[in-house]
Amino acid sequence: MGKYIIKRLLMLIPVLLGVSIIVFTITHVFSPDPAPVVLGQHATEESMEQWREANGLTGSAVSQFGNYMAGIVKGDLGNSYYTKMPVTEELAARFPATIELAIVSIILASIFGILIGVVSAVKKNSVWDNGGRILSLVGVSVPIFWLGVMMIILFSGILHWLPSGGQIDPLLKPEAVTRFNLLNCIITGNTEALKDSLKHIIMPALALSMYSMAITTRITRSSMLDSMKQDYVRTARAKGLGEGRVLRKHVLRNSLNPVVTIIGLQFGSLLGGAVLTEKVFSWPGIGSYIVDCVQKSDFPVIQGAVLLTATIYVIVNLVVDIVYTFLDPRIKLGKKEG
Amino acid sequence: MALKKTAAVELTAQEKPESELKSIWESLKLSKTAVIGMVIIILLILIALVTFITEKMGIQILPYNPNEADMSASFVAPCAEHWFGTDELGRDIFSRIMDGTKISLFVGFSVVIFSMFFGIILGAVAGYKGGVIDTVIMRFMDIMLSIPGILFAITLMAALGKGLDKAIIAIGIVSIPEYARIVRGSVLSAKESDYTQAARVIGNKDIRIIFKHILPNVISPIIVRATLGISGAILDTAALGFLGLGVQPPLAEWGDMLGRAKGYIFSAPYTLVFPGLAITLAVLAFNLFGDGLSDALDPKSRKR
Repeated sequence: MGKYIIKRLLMLIPVLLGVSIIVFTITHVFSPDPAPVVLGQHATEESMEQWREANGLTGSAVSQFGNYMAGIVKGDLGNSYYTKMPVTEELAARFPATIELAIVSIILASIFGILIGVVSAVKKNSVWDNGGRILSLVGVSVPIFWLGVMMIILFSGILHWLPSGGQIDPLLKPEAVTRFNLLNCIITGNTEALKDSLKHIIMPALALSMYSMAITTRITRSSMLDSMKQDYVRTARAKGLGEGRVLRKHVLRNSLNPVVTIIGLQFGSLLGGAVLTEKVFSWPGIGSYIVDCVQKSDFPVIQGAVLLTATIYVIVNLVVDIVYTFLDPRIKLGKKEG
Repeated sequence: MALKKTAAVELTAQEKPESELKSIWESLKLSKTAVIGMVIIILLILIALVTFITEKMGIQILPYNPNEADMSASFVAPCAEHWFGTDELGRDIFSRIMDGTKISLFVGFSVVIFSMFFGIILGAVAGYKGGVIDTVIMRFMDIMLSIPGILFAITLMAALGKGLDKAIIAIGIVSIPEYARIVRGSVLSAKESDYTQAARVIGNKDIRIIFKHILPNVISPIIVRATLGISGAILDTAALGFLGLGVQPPLAEWGDMLGRAKGYIFSAPYTLVFPGLAITLAVLAFNLFGDGLSDALDPKSRKR
């Protein structure tokens, strides 16, 4: 197991190198010169040249890439063209909010997705099943940014139940023990702030989770139906086990493998979806920040954000593979069959 | 005579592509949801064609000119004159949604053609050639897949700039790996089949074997992916439009309409309701049809 994890971690290097090459090529070779965008239309050629030099944009693309990679090895992703702050700091200030949103979303998607999927499978062809199937169909078809907007209209505009945007009321912000707001609320024992934070996160998290929830529901349902037909389930019933125990111990346990894969794969799309959800709910994460950076041609930040997201995505996939072995002891990681 | 004919049909049913098509159609017809999806798609195509042709002919079929501003009629709530209300510039939202159908469908189909073209070539070459070429192409595809789709498309838009054509290229590039993977997998299994070996023995060139003998036999999963790909492309275009990276004004693209209206979320919520419903309906239709097609093309589920 240890060897396998090390091997997979080493495989991260070529993937991330590849991602760096792709993003660098997009932003440095195919993109228009950022100098006029950053300095404004009225900037002189001389000032633009100075700016390019200061930001390492002179010289060949290969040497620029070499410098960029040398920086990455040292943990330096460059500086933002606008704030002049290191990209690592810019991202570190915003990424926890995105991760917090993505984790709450994946929890909601998993709980509701598995629950609806199980009910759908157990009560196949009932009203519950049809409801679950419609929900999963609509879930993959509805644009999350529109769903978010509709939620704001209903829960903030009409019912006045929830705040329409932001992460927490600035007046209630707890002491920053960690970079994670929810965690800070819990650690400091500030229930008022925790309540307010949950009120803020519930709508964006639900909107963001809708797609993953739909996919999880579908996979759980079909996987459960598949397991229910197996011989071991018939045997379990034949030896007189109660239906609840058969479902829990035999059906659900054996149906979870594909569900875990899908949930893991969904994490990547959640990080992508966060871009849209954050924009709708003014969530202070990297998603909304990236969009602003794209519009302002702040390339170092875009590169850093994409690289960071890809890293998280690949690591999550590795974790999913490891979780597999706990769910299904028949799978031996890193060993060839036969 | 009739008996003989039936027997002949039964004997050749497996080989005849028309029979295959017929059986797919029969199976597709049985799925209510797939039929609903198909009907909505046909309706959308009709709306797109009619608005496109009448616009070219200079005939106004829509209640209002979708791109003409009328500041005296801005933010009119849904009423008999304006079924879906008007936007901040007084443009009729119903007319704009109808007009936007052709843009969304055009983008959906264009993206799929673009990504299918490159995906098929890359996947076919990788699967057929194998070895280093396969490794290089597929590792590159894996790397592309490790960047979340919409984030990748947004990054590409930073380089390409705003515009519908750029959005098509960006979303198209992002979708290439999915086709390449499907085609590679199918080509790998088809490569060793008898018909491919036979084609090779009689001296056919590689490119001819790939396009004449292998691809026609692996087309089913590609068609299913393409149908679902259209819905994905419509969603992604709307997302880019919503973020202000899509079409240039005054074109009526559904996502762009939503993006422009979000500042009036509490004062004129109707400006946001209808464009979103249009996106959902179009995406749902292609998803329903794609799912039905996937079942119909899967021989196992067809027998059930």
